[in-house]
Amino acid sequence: MTIRVQIDPFEPGALLGGFCAGRSESGAVVSFTGLARAEHGATAALELESYPGFTEAQIARIAEDARRRFGLDDLLVVHRTGEILPGEAVVFVAAAARHRRAAFEAADYLMDYLKSRAPFWKKEHGPEGSRWIEPRAEDHDDLERWEKTPL
Amino acid sequence: MARVLLFGPLRDLAGWREREIAPQPASLFGLKAALSALDPELGEAIAAPGVQVAVDKALVRGDVALAATSEIAFLPPMSGG
Repeated sequence: MTIRVQIDPFEPGALLGGFCAGRSESGAVVSFTGLARAEHGATAALELESYPGFTEAQIARIAEDARRRFGLDDLLVVHRTGEILPGEAVVFVAAAARHRRAAFEAADYLMDYLKSRAPFWKKEHGPEGSRWIEPRAEDHDDLERWEKTPL
Repeated sequence: MARVLLFGPLRDLAGWREREIAPQPASLFGLKAALSALDPELGEAIAAPGVQVAVDKALVRGDVALAATSEIAFLPPMSGG
């Protein structure tokens, strides 16, 4: 299980290739990449803030819950902080499992929890000024799906 | 002296990210009162529902005792991904 919070940009394809390499018992790897949107010119850059040490620890808890819940073989979470330009990757998650269903669900679960339970604060900078992004109502609904479902 | 960290919109509201609060508050509630006295707007913002508190990088609820070396972080609603 690997968790990385980093300022440097990353290449999602390279991460996926590395994550798949050398696996002989996992029949399924599912990955998700989140990209920064330009919003047709309204967003010039995103600024992400983390709480070093605490952010990694909270993500590790989410990841450990996912590993147990879905019986994963392994998982990888990479999340950027600092300034992120439109088109750049913000987040990457990959889950490896024996069969595909667990890997699909784990990637979905990880993203739902990263969206509103991982200690990041996101500010959008654009020609009209800057604003902090609040979690949306949908983000809370997404979490509820998992909290209602028994393990 | 308790070390206070503010994140996200709280940082912009207060105009600072990190600050030592003296005299040393004995508890989290005491610290919140000290911050309110310093900046009533910040006091109101950290009392809002959805703002979580971490003491020495562990989430806490309600009141807790603070040590001179405590690091107290006020965490507004999170938005990752």
